[in-house]
Amino acid sequence: MAIRVVVCVKQVPDPDTPASAFSVDEAAKVVVTPPGTPPVVNGFDLHATEAALRVKDAGGDVEITVLAVGSDFVMDVVKRPLSMGADELVLVDDPSLAGLDASGTARVLAAAIEKQGPFDLILCGRQASDWDNAHVPLGLAEILNLPCITFARKIDMSDGSVRVERALTDGYQVVEAPTPCVITVTNELGEARYPTLRGIMAATRKAPTNLTPSELGLNSDDLAPALDLERLFVPESDRNVEVIEGDDEEDAGRRLALRLREENLI
Amino acid sequence: MALILLVAEVEGGSLTDIGGQLALAAKNVAGAGDEIAVAVMSDDPTAAAESAARLDVSTVFSIAHPALAEGGTGGFDAPVSALAALCSEKQPSVVLLGKTDFGSNVGPRVAFRLGSGFAQDCIDLRAESAADRIAITRPVHGGNAMAVYRFRDRDPQVATIRPNVFDPEGVPDEGTPTGAAEIVQFDAAAAIGETRSRLIEVVAEESKGVRLEDADVVISGGRGLGGPAPFERLQELTDILGGALGASRAACDAGWIDHGHQIGLTGKSISPRVYITFGISGASQHMAGCSGAKAIVAINKDADANIFKEARFGVVGDWEKVLNGFMATVQELTGN
Repeated sequence: MAIRVVVCVKQVPDPDTPASAFSVDEAAKVVVTPPGTPPVVNGFDLHATEAALRVKDAGGDVEITVLAVGSDFVMDVVKRPLSMGADELVLVDDPSLAGLDASGTARVLAAAIEKQGPFDLILCGRQASDWDNAHVPLGLAEILNLPCITFARKIDMSDGSVRVERALTDGYQVVEAPTPCVITVTNELGEARYPTLRGIMAATRKAPTNLTPSELGLNSDDLAPALDLERLFVPESDRNVEVIEGDDEEDAGRRLALRLREENLI
Repeated sequence: MALILLVAEVEGGSLTDIGGQLALAAKNVAGAGDEIAVAVMSDDPTAAAESAARLDVSTVFSIAHPALAEGGTGGFDAPVSALAALCSEKQPSVVLLGKTDFGSNVGPRVAFRLGSGFAQDCIDLRAESAADRIAITRPVHGGNAMAVYRFRDRDPQVATIRPNVFDPEGVPDEGTPTGAAEIVQFDAAAAIGETRSRLIEVVAEESKGVRLEDADVVISGGRGLGGPAPFERLQELTDILGGALGASRAACDAGWIDHGHQIGLTGKSISPRVYITFGISGASQHMAGCSGAKAIVAINKDADANIFKEARFGVVGDWEKVLNGFMATVQELTGN
């Protein structure tokens, strides 16, 4: 029987948008995306996709489903995991899911996973680059009553269990859990592979499976936020940089060292 | 009269700094008559519970269980179950944890298990009293924006607090007179039961020299360096200044330097006297890891780079040429 892996991914504003181009609409409490900057798949979710593909590369019959929850999906963007080599894409796509918070997202993901499952592994990125919550996978594990191992940098599947290296700030832990299990993946896993031309062609031909919250038996209470957003703003920077100049760049370097010594910084 | 429950952490049998920081943060939401308690969990929390009793709290809940060794970090099943059981019995209005490996794993799961709300990585929290709905402030979009949220009606309101934002004078030492805090044993064995995940081993990858988190001087390089070799030169400078070597996530992901050097929202948080950066653009994800630096120095060829907005001193130019002059003068100044 095939090992079934689901990778939860999120479409987010491009986090490499320069800070100078970043702005928020304080009245609407939303981030304003500068024109001409398409969204991306959250970076850590691509690492999670890579982790799933490595499980597949390790051998055996492995089937990878990609699951995204949201609205206003850009098809070329959310198909990226497919073009990397994932097998199918499931979108829970509904206008009511715009601005869904972490607890709502966990509930929708859990319902979709129960409908499309069973899965042996549920992989997520360690956090999303928009709201930086690192909260959804843990909630998902609680709802599904599964163990959760976070910050994976290496995943080894064996029959009925999984062994994970968890990245710590100074080293790593090895943790073992029975499957099914929720695992979050961190960038220490290594770079996510680029889509191949063949992968892109294959992804183009694959139509996503579309689901709605009502098809998943979810009502507005399930989607209600746990906290209310009262204010969203860009903090003011209060530092004024003192630019050190010199006859040339080397000289500027010398002057910088002297200036830092004057300030007792070095 | 509401209860605020703090969740302290134990490392090597001792209480970590986060307990004192949470006790200070709790003042922001404690009204007259509110009670503050702290939970201490470990395989043997005796010594840590005594330290916790010196914090400004009225009760210490000491929870001992073999599965809570090393913070129960082998999947965190045990501390989640123990804390959920403690909350069910004591009914706190507020639960505060550190935004640490432990807190960021345990906090969300406890909130979900109890059906209440959770806020991650808070840098401020406000309420008239703990029975009120707390307003929290947290950085979002990699630190590009700040969001203020207010909890809805379900208790407990669970939040993790960013380390070192609330900064007491460390953990009270043994010379501090013991407060009036009572140490109460809480038995969570039934709640913990059989844990599903288990810790096989912990592998330390200690960096040599000064730890980044403790360093007074941090030298760091980013994508602008273009390859691994320049980090050897930065290491040379780091050695001369007796500091620690850091890097941006981009440089680590490119394989130029080990991930143990990564500074940022998803790397290490540093608070040196001076942070000197070469070829780092200053994406907000990176800046979140160095906001504790007293002075940031930026060397970057792009005058519009974000790092100059946060820096106190800067040089616009080629990193290598600037480094040549900088290093020569540093050698003269230090005689190293």
